[in-house]
Amino acid sequence: MKTTLSVLVENHPGVLSRVAGLFSRRGFNIDSLAVGTTENPEISRMTIVVDGDEYIVEQVKKQLNKLVDVIKVSKIIPEESVSRELVLIKVDAEPQVRSEIIHIAEIFRANIVDVSRKSMIIELTGDKDKVSAFEELLKPFGIKELVRTGVIAVNRGTKTIKIEEEE
Amino acid sequence: MKITAAEALIRSLEMEDVSVVFGYPGGAILPVYDSLLHSKKIKHVLTRSEQAAAHAASGYARVARKVGVCMATSGPGATNLVTGIATAYMDSVPVVAITGQVSTSLIGRDVFQEVDITGATAPFTKHNYLVKKAEDIPRIVKEAFYIASTGRPGPVLIDLPKDVAETRIEFKYPEQIALRGYKPKLDGHPLQISRAAEAINKAQRPVICAGGGINSAGAEEELLKLAEKAHIPVATSLMGIGAFPEDHPLSLGMMGMHGTPYANIAVTESDLVIAAGARFGDRLTGRVTGFAPKAKIIHIDIDPAEIGKNVKADIPIVGDVKRILAEILKEVQPKQTSEWNDRIAELKKKSFLYNKNDKLCPQEIIEALSSKTEGNAIITTEVGSHQMWVAQYYRFIKPRTFISSGGLGTMGYGLPAAIGAKFARPEQNVINICGDGSFQMNLAEMATAMENNLSLKMILFNNKGLGLVRQLQEFYCKKRYSQVNFGFVPDFVKLAESYGIKAKRIDSREELDNALDELISEKGCFLLECMVDINENVYPMVLNGSPINEMIGG
Repeated sequence: MKTTLSVLVENHPGVLSRVAGLFSRRGFNIDSLAVGTTENPEISRMTIVVDGDEYIVEQVKKQLNKLVDVIKVSKIIPEESVSRELVLIKVDAEPQVRSEIIHIAEIFRANIVDVSRKSMIIELTGDKDKVSAFEELLKPFGIKELVRTGVIAVNRGTKTIKIEEEE
Repeated sequence: MKITAAEALIRSLEMEDVSVVFGYPGGAILPVYDSLLHSKKIKHVLTRSEQAAAHAASGYARVARKVGVCMATSGPGATNLVTGIATAYMDSVPVVAITGQVSTSLIGRDVFQEVDITGATAPFTKHNYLVKKAEDIPRIVKEAFYIASTGRPGPVLIDLPKDVAETRIEFKYPEQIALRGYKPKLDGHPLQISRAAEAINKAQRPVICAGGGINSAGAEEELLKLAEKAHIPVATSLMGIGAFPEDHPLSLGMMGMHGTPYANIAVTESDLVIAAGARFGDRLTGRVTGFAPKAKIIHIDIDPAEIGKNVKADIPIVGDVKRILAEILKEVQPKQTSEWNDRIAELKKKSFLYNKNDKLCPQEIIEALSSKTEGNAIITTEVGSHQMWVAQYYRFIKPRTFISSGGLGTMGYGLPAAIGAKFARPEQNVINICGDGSFQMNLAEMATAMENNLSLKMILFNNKGLGLVRQLQEFYCKKRYSQVNFGFVPDFVKLAESYGIKAKRIDSREELDNALDELISEKGCFLLECMVDINENVYPMVLNGSPINEMIGG
């Protein structure tokens, strides 16, 4: 079972290693982890996809909360949120197959960001399923390199994940 | 006036009311030791290894109920602290460890005595700091003491690079702490408290399982009142020893792997387990599926992550156990003794006994010591058979008088911890009980004891080997004994004497009485070496994978 957690942390050096270290030490499996600063430069937001049952997810949340640099841990519910991942794919593209690849990219609303004589780089955003489907279609042409950012997610509507400001 | 960050560190320690620091100097921490010379309030105790400094700080912290402080230099100094820090972490002991670090411009270049100690200790510190800016020092010290001593206590490390320590700053000690990621919850949820009280009122066969949290929170009075009000028998974990007076009729002694049969049976038969400041460690529960099978579980713990981690709780209450017990007490109805109390009394009648043979038995030494000191000594231990016998046969009646490494099981803990304990309570008789295995791990600390004119007592069970490991090999390796007998042991009496310590060796029952009197009345340090049989096992014993009511020798 995969669960997405949104974790607000202090934007300090060493915080990422504390969080990553906690996962390895406690034997939790991370599917993906994406991190960057938020609208408040003092705070970073990590989106972590955890693989594990309810007990594991509960423990992950509690153990993360014990870290002094972790400010807030929230569970992201798939139906009530938008999640995206960005992927860059370098694919073999001899002139005779190029138009076919461009056609597939168009269907997926992907962008071609670089073309050379024998290959091209395609940029795609979407949720995990879309990215996987796209990858499958490109495989026969020969994927030379593939880089994914990991999933990031936000809640739909006005619901936000923010630190409670104190009076 | 500007002062160096090293001086600011010392002043900050003074602001935190630190009166004693255990440590060992070195190159990268030179500025701190230089500043320490000017402090009139802080006494520095020079141990003989950094590990001992960390254990001494831990022993001090547990007895004094204050933060213990240790310091060491970078590299090997810092890595030697690691075992002590991990020991403190596993037993939730508030310790602040300060390490020197190479200068910031050199960090990461593998220079002399450089090690990434914040990285190394991250898994077993509550928090740690690598100080990058000198002006952060007062804030960091304030935060470190706050984090170490509040919530679930634990060690915090401050790593101070040499160039940062030498930087001059304006000293101003902060009054407030702003940690948005750290807010320990102290008050229990009122609804959960009411549910717990109701469960206690309804229970026919309740048992309290008191853990180390009672000792560290100072909740012994609330525990006693609750137990007496509803006539609830009390078992303790190893860390909970002393939390409830063992001479009390409601006391079941220690439960778990080497616990008393009556404690383990009572828990198994009970219909309500009230775990107070105990984390249901594996040594306590035995096989989890057979643990208290008929019971509802109330779990009181300050650390939310402990709730449901090992044993599922029916009524979890997160918060300070002292406050929560006081609140529960208000809603619990007084009860008369019941059939359950009769059952407990009957279980307790069949006491567990060792076989007294013609040889001097380690268990009888502890029993004799217990009656001679009337539970008025602070007993520290190392790790091994002797530790379990102390837990079983010494009658502890006061909190924080049993100081031992429970979670990590660190051999070499007892002697330095005894030094720390003596600094916390100089008027108390402090006795370290050890085996010859663990004694040899930190015996150099006899020098620290002598240097500081401490009256430290040591009882050494010499079986020329590692008795508890031997016992494990007997049960789990079909008596294939591997590396559990020492081919050479020193003359411990002469060794102690070379430190200027009075020492005596006994090997018969007839000598025991006088020897213990001599040990207790001696004004200085004293080592009593007792020759015992390595084949003496610790019973009762619950085998791995068995529920706690299935005991060998119970």
